[in-house]
Amino acid sequence: MPSPFILDRTSVTQVMAWVLAALLPGIAAYVWLFGPGILVTLSIATVTALAAEAAMLKTRGYPAKPFLSDLSAIVTAWLLALSLPSLAPWWLIVTGTLFAIVVAKHLYGGLGQNIFNPAMVGYAVLIVSFPVQMTHWAGPLELTTTHLSLAQSASAIFGGDVSKTTLDAVTMATPLDALRTGLLQQLTVDEVMTHPIFGHYGGIGFEWLAAAFLLGGFVLWALRIISWHVPLAFLAGVWLTAGFLHFYDAGRFGAPWFHLFAPSVMLGAFFIATDPVSGATTPRGKLIFGLGAGFLTIAIRTWGGFPDGVAFAILLMNLCVPLIDQYTQPRIYGGEKKTREPPA
Amino acid sequence: MSRELFKFKGGVHPPEHKAESNSRPIRAASLPRKLVIPLRQHIGNPAKPVVSVGDRVLKGQMIGEADGYISTAVHASSSGTVTAIGLAVVPHISGLPDECITLETDGRDEWIAHGPLEYQEMAPADLRMRLRGLGLAGLGGAVFPSAVKLDPGAAQTCPTLIINGGECEPWITCDDVLMRTHADEILQGVAIMRHLLGSTEILVGIEDNKPEAIAAMRAAADRMDFAVEVVTVPARYPGGGAKQMIETLTGKQVPSGKLSTDIGIQVFNVGTTYSLARAVHHGEPLISRLVTVTGHVLRPQNFEVLIGTPMHTLITLAGDRDGTTGVLMGGPMMGVPMPDLDVPVVKATNCILVKSNELFPPLPKALPCIRCTRCADACPAELQPQELFRFAKAGDFGRAQEYHLFDCIECGCCSYVCPSHIPLVDFYRYAKSEIWAREKDKRAADLARERHEFRQFRQEREKKEKAEKLAAKAQAKRTELAAAPGDAAAPSDADAKKALIAAALARAQARKAEVAPKNTDNLSPDTRHEIEEIEARRAKIRELARKPLESEEKT
Repeated sequence: MPSPFILDRTSVTQVMAWVLAALLPGIAAYVWLFGPGILVTLSIATVTALAAEAAMLKTRGYPAKPFLSDLSAIVTAWLLALSLPSLAPWWLIVTGTLFAIVVAKHLYGGLGQNIFNPAMVGYAVLIVSFPVQMTHWAGPLELTTTHLSLAQSASAIFGGDVSKTTLDAVTMATPLDALRTGLLQQLTVDEVMTHPIFGHYGGIGFEWLAAAFLLGGFVLWALRIISWHVPLAFLAGVWLTAGFLHFYDAGRFGAPWFHLFAPSVMLGAFFIATDPVSGATTPRGKLIFGLGAGFLTIAIRTWGGFPDGVAFAILLMNLCVPLIDQYTQPRIYGGEKKTREPPA
Repeated sequence: MSRELFKFKGGVHPPEHKAESNSRPIRAASLPRKLVIPLRQHIGNPAKPVVSVGDRVLKGQMIGEADGYISTAVHASSSGTVTAIGLAVVPHISGLPDECITLETDGRDEWIAHGPLEYQEMAPADLRMRLRGLGLAGLGGAVFPSAVKLDPGAAQTCPTLIINGGECEPWITCDDVLMRTHADEILQGVAIMRHLLGSTEILVGIEDNKPEAIAAMRAAADRMDFAVEVVTVPARYPGGGAKQMIETLTGKQVPSGKLSTDIGIQVFNVGTTYSLARAVHHGEPLISRLVTVTGHVLRPQNFEVLIGTPMHTLITLAGDRDGTTGVLMGGPMMGVPMPDLDVPVVKATNCILVKSNELFPPLPKALPCIRCTRCADACPAELQPQELFRFAKAGDFGRAQEYHLFDCIECGCCSYVCPSHIPLVDFYRYAKSEIWAREKDKRAADLARERHEFRQFRQEREKKEKAEKLAAKAQAKRTELAAAPGDAAAPSDADAKKALIAAALARAQARKAEVAPKNTDNLSPDTRHEIEEIEARRAKIRELARKPLESEEKT
């Protein structure tokens, strides 16, 4: 083997493990604020992802051990699970995870080859195909009268003997849903915001969940697992777009802080848009990627057919990555000051 | 000293492992029975042998003379008899043998007559010729003939002279130890460089992990009659690379594809500077150097080694141990694995690093690239290694070149940080050799086409000339018949034409002869060797790079 003969200690497994660790504050906050149902969702997604990964590796003739132990399948599973309603039926979770791992990851060539973020593909498939089941969000414990135990949550997810009334008592529209519905009913933002679900910045509970994801994101940045470019540009894109619209007409458009503290933005900015495989690689490219995703998130939330736009925004930006990378090649050592001409 | 320092982009900080070898004093390696001295130890043309088998040679006697401008001489490192001139194994990545002169030493170590040069009285060009004849070449790793670098060229002067004491590669300490022990002589060498280059600013860059060397160099600098600024630079690999040292000290970047002298800066390694002082003040050619022997040995230390000494004798001197898994020439980042321990120490040998599984565990299997761009963050050439890897792997060499493949300095930072453990540098070497090979093929094809076109042109012309000749002859005949009794006309037009044709033919012949040796069936051993080397390297790298990442192998 030629040089170099030494290696830094980091490995793909380590990078993925840190991503999972950085999600733990978010998961803890989730359990604390919305009940333990999310743990069931996470478990189902994890088991499905590992099984699908193993099966696909075997089918494709790849060794299972190095790829299963790289933890990338679990990262996909957790990101998808955290994006799904926490009381979504089990088959929804399984379908989404299978689609993410089998189609979005392995049919595109496996680790490192997928042009789209697998978790977001799984989410997009589900929201398009099963919009009703995608509304089973557990409401914040602070606002619900009934609380489900871990066993009850599992039972609800697996379609067990939890009564429809109990389920109705614990699920609730998310703040984004509430805002969307209210605005469709010709209410002003201020009128909608009187709804009890809205808290200080985002929704009750939701804003703390967003803060916990933000904390995890900071850890990833401090450890240099991710660079600051994508998250900062993403948040700036959301804040600027929402801020511009809110400034233009505060009655019709939600406040920028509200949009930032809907948890999907923090999760998306720090954990999903930073996925290196499907994201831009150059520093300027990362800024464009993040800004674009932030802008699209608000555009879809405001004018699109879905309550949240993070997943579609990231997928649309994934599409643009080859173009962005090609046109944002940085200057090399000793290169001319102006940027490289794109190759013919 | 408070000089504003600049930060070059990228770089890594691997464990230094300097303490192993820099605490013991320099030890002179014993005189071996046999010395193998390669004729090609430097960049440029190999030296031409000037001795024959059976000749007795003295220590310091030139045995191979410089062949051309970019070349330098080689010398007998000790007295003895020439026993062979021919192919022998040399420390080169290709593993191929090369032309060497083998000496059997007589143990007397008898010097040839030598003495100092009055360099200040000599014309600069003459001095440079003498230095070329004394075999000077850069000891920092590139082994570029020093005489060439000491020519300021058309600019007449090179304002900034940088002496590189960076030594950023882990494990290596020969420059560190040299600066601690021979600071005065290093600066005497600097005085000579300053004389030749007309430099006004002299900077010595030393990484901050060598405090003793910095102190010694500062003390010596205070004793000099010209200003030398000894600058402490942060230790970060590859901060000792010439381009990185230039940027750290001056904030300037060498433009891509140009030389540092184009921006008025020349860089020399401290070892080169020292050997220059020995050459000028003592008339000693470059026949020995400091070599760090370290790694899996009992007593890692620096040796003063005669060029041509077999590497195994040094490992034995440092105390060889069981469990050796290989030997590198150079450090762990850019070092070259040795095919055989009989290979001689050459001018480029700064370190012999003995590997073991404990010190250098086998590298883990590679996983696919996840485009994390840690490599881009670490790349001191500011390239996008992940893209270069993608293009090289796909065989898209044109795109690789567009993404500045040839600005890669193969420092290994990208491979070092890669969390997928991809041997990235291998892929770049592979892409580079493929491109070189293609360019060579293209040159050969161009040449063939030119020759074919010339042949057509010549045939056409000959036809025309023949026709003209015939016409002229007919004309002459007619004139002759017309003026039958008259004496022969003065030299006619036809004669002039004939002379012209003869000259043209001679020119064509000469041109043909000029072209002919370039044909592939009549090559000098050198060219043949070069081709073999390229082919061997291609085959080797192709095998390495074409092999799917181990993890991708089907079970």
